[in-house]
Amino acid sequence: MFEVLSNDILAPNVHRMVIRAPRIARVRKPGQFVIVRVEEGGERIPLTIGDADIAKGTITLFIQAVGLTSLKLVGTPVGNHLRDVAGPLGQPTHIRKWGRVVCIGGGLGTAVLYPMARALPAAGNEVTTIIGGRSAPFIILEQELSVFSRQVLVTTEDGSLGRKGFVTDALRELIDDPQRCPQAVIAIGPVPMMRAVAELTRPYGIETIVSLNPIMIDGTGMCGGCRVVVGGETRFACVDGPEFDGHLVDFDLLSNRLAMYREDECRMLEQLPDELRARIVQVKR
Amino acid sequence: MTNELKPKERMAIDRVKMPEQSPRRRIGNFEEVNQGLTEEQAIQEAKRCLLCKSRPCVAGCPVRVRIPDFIAALAEGDLPEAARILLADNTLPAVCGRVCPQETQCEQVCVRGAKGAPVAIGYLERFVADWALAHPDKLHKEILPAPTGKKVAIVGSGPAGLTMAGELARKGHAVTLFEALHDTGGVLRYGIPEFRLPKRIVDIEVKRLQDIGVQIECNVVVGKTVTLDELRQEFDAVFIGNGAGLPVMLNIDGENLKGVYSANEYLTRVNLMAAWRDDVPTPIIRGKRVAVIGGGNTAMDAVRTSRRLGAERSIIVYRRTEVEMPARVEEIHHAKEEGIEFLLLAAPLEILGDEKGWVKGLLCQRMQLGEPDASGRRRPVPIEGDTFVLDVDVVVNAVGTRANPLLTATAPDLKLNKWGNIETDERGATSLPGVFAGGDIVRGGATVILAMGDGKMAAQAIDEYLKQQN
Repeated sequence: MFEVLSNDILAPNVHRMVIRAPRIARVRKPGQFVIVRVEEGGERIPLTIGDADIAKGTITLFIQAVGLTSLKLVGTPVGNHLRDVAGPLGQPTHIRKWGRVVCIGGGLGTAVLYPMARALPAAGNEVTTIIGGRSAPFIILEQELSVFSRQVLVTTEDGSLGRKGFVTDALRELIDDPQRCPQAVIAIGPVPMMRAVAELTRPYGIETIVSLNPIMIDGTGMCGGCRVVVGGETRFACVDGPEFDGHLVDFDLLSNRLAMYREDECRMLEQLPDELRARIVQVKR
Repeated sequence: MTNELKPKERMAIDRVKMPEQSPRRRIGNFEEVNQGLTEEQAIQEAKRCLLCKSRPCVAGCPVRVRIPDFIAALAEGDLPEAARILLADNTLPAVCGRVCPQETQCEQVCVRGAKGAPVAIGYLERFVADWALAHPDKLHKEILPAPTGKKVAIVGSGPAGLTMAGELARKGHAVTLFEALHDTGGVLRYGIPEFRLPKRIVDIEVKRLQDIGVQIECNVVVGKTVTLDELRQEFDAVFIGNGAGLPVMLNIDGENLKGVYSANEYLTRVNLMAAWRDDVPTPIIRGKRVAVIGGGNTAMDAVRTSRRLGAERSIIVYRRTEVEMPARVEEIHHAKEEGIEFLLLAAPLEILGDEKGWVKGLLCQRMQLGEPDASGRRRPVPIEGDTFVLDVDVVVNAVGTRANPLLTATAPDLKLNKWGNIETDERGATSLPGVFAGGDIVRGGATVILAMGDGKMAAQAIDEYLKQQN
């Protein structure tokens, strides 16, 4: 059992939870994730470890409520317990000294990005961060990221915060500026965003790392449910990833497989009380 | 006295038949197919045992259950004594009585079987074990030795690890079991379906281990949460029984289409996560026409599961013939009764998809049997140009599993063979002092009872190792 120590709302349906998990806090590295099961009978879902405090024995999770399980998760009050938290899983981010690195976060991907981005300056990198979202309320962690970023650029689709447009618009300007053109890009967010970033950097040969979010069950390599194709080879994201070379990822396959249980997900949502369902539908749009 | 029956009288008794749910009824539920013997049936069957002096059945059992002894007690109607003998030798008798391939082990060498059917040892083991589960108050009280002060870590709570835990706890050692998943049992939990092994049986067997002091920590992924080196520092000895849970992929086109599962994923969703129930959030694609590729017990479990999930056609696709199938005869028989189709001498060439990325068919190659291969089985050879398409919407790959490298990748000093299995001596000792291993991580995918045999044998070796450390 894993005690919930804090549970804050960062954006509509986006929560930051701190959980007591001393074993995981002690060894986790940026880029790794946990598998969480909220309650007996619940499903197992993967969540990136956003941060950890070894002294306090805690880990931080960022969670977007998009369905039944994530709603139950963010609805767990402080002092209550999560039934199961297993990890840290996956490969840590392979952080090198690239030079100028642009970190791009879309939606909740910004939270996944955060621990990796924060580890970059210590390895001698200069970080520029781009955060994108649908509108102002969905922009998260701007303050936290600005602590170690040379600059944080915000883009919103409706122009309600920062510049109007997509993260790729901001990235293109950086690439076009010889003084700021990055040696590496790390992009984490919805599949269409990661694909667009990878397509933008490809002709320039800029190394582009993405973090993939396929469906997972065990997270330990025993089932292959999370398989992705990278450079023509089948890989298990839970043990070989979740980070891969964005120029080699088969994004069509990823988004296709992510839709495998859409009907079941809708059916589960229909079982929710009206008020909760409305909350999800409104955000998912 | 019953045990004074003459051999001729024993030989005159017919082998008992296991009561079963009818095929028509059972394909609509996940309840156990075999319903178990009544006490009357069990005692009658026990009387068939000749109580022979040579006792080949004991040697035929990988955990060396004193079979004639527990059967003799059962024949006398002394169930507490039968249970005492059985439980002393076997940590998981209610499991073994259900899933062991007795026909190739204890029952194959039964003297009574030389003329007529062998004694139904598996059914009797199950009967006594189930009686023990139902009557804990009537069991002989187990007396544990004084604690030795030695600590042993066991990695993996599957059949090998659970057996190891029971053996070591009964020798007075402090045992901690580490399990990566959220629940115990390994393949007993996620692999073998409810209709062959109800999960409440696993729960009770595990509870019995906790009652004798075994500590269990779930959600600990050794190799990630803690390393083998850390366990070696904290414990006096370590046993690795983390299995062979890495699916072998088919490596054919279409393998990543929606509706294609490894048997591990398919069975984990259904067994561990209970996706067959409507009130749980873990989903599963319930195909109308399901092809399962392979001929082992895992393939039978998957194909029979698909039937219970509502498939109209459930088809085994196997590249040899039924004779070569590694699955238990009983499972093949049950599958056939349940309307499973067997497509033999057929190998998958490609999984075909529709424009939305869903499985719509399986392109197969017809095979014929050629010369025997290294395993002694006749090798399947393609019949050139003879291909056909099977109209299916779910494909389950049950061609096998390999060693999961998650732990071994973080223990560079641990010697492995070329397939990634841990190398041990005949008693389970690895290349690292104080580290032992057994079950599928050593053997590759094998059976529950062989893993248990490894656990029992290595427990002896660990006990001797710990005594030397004093």
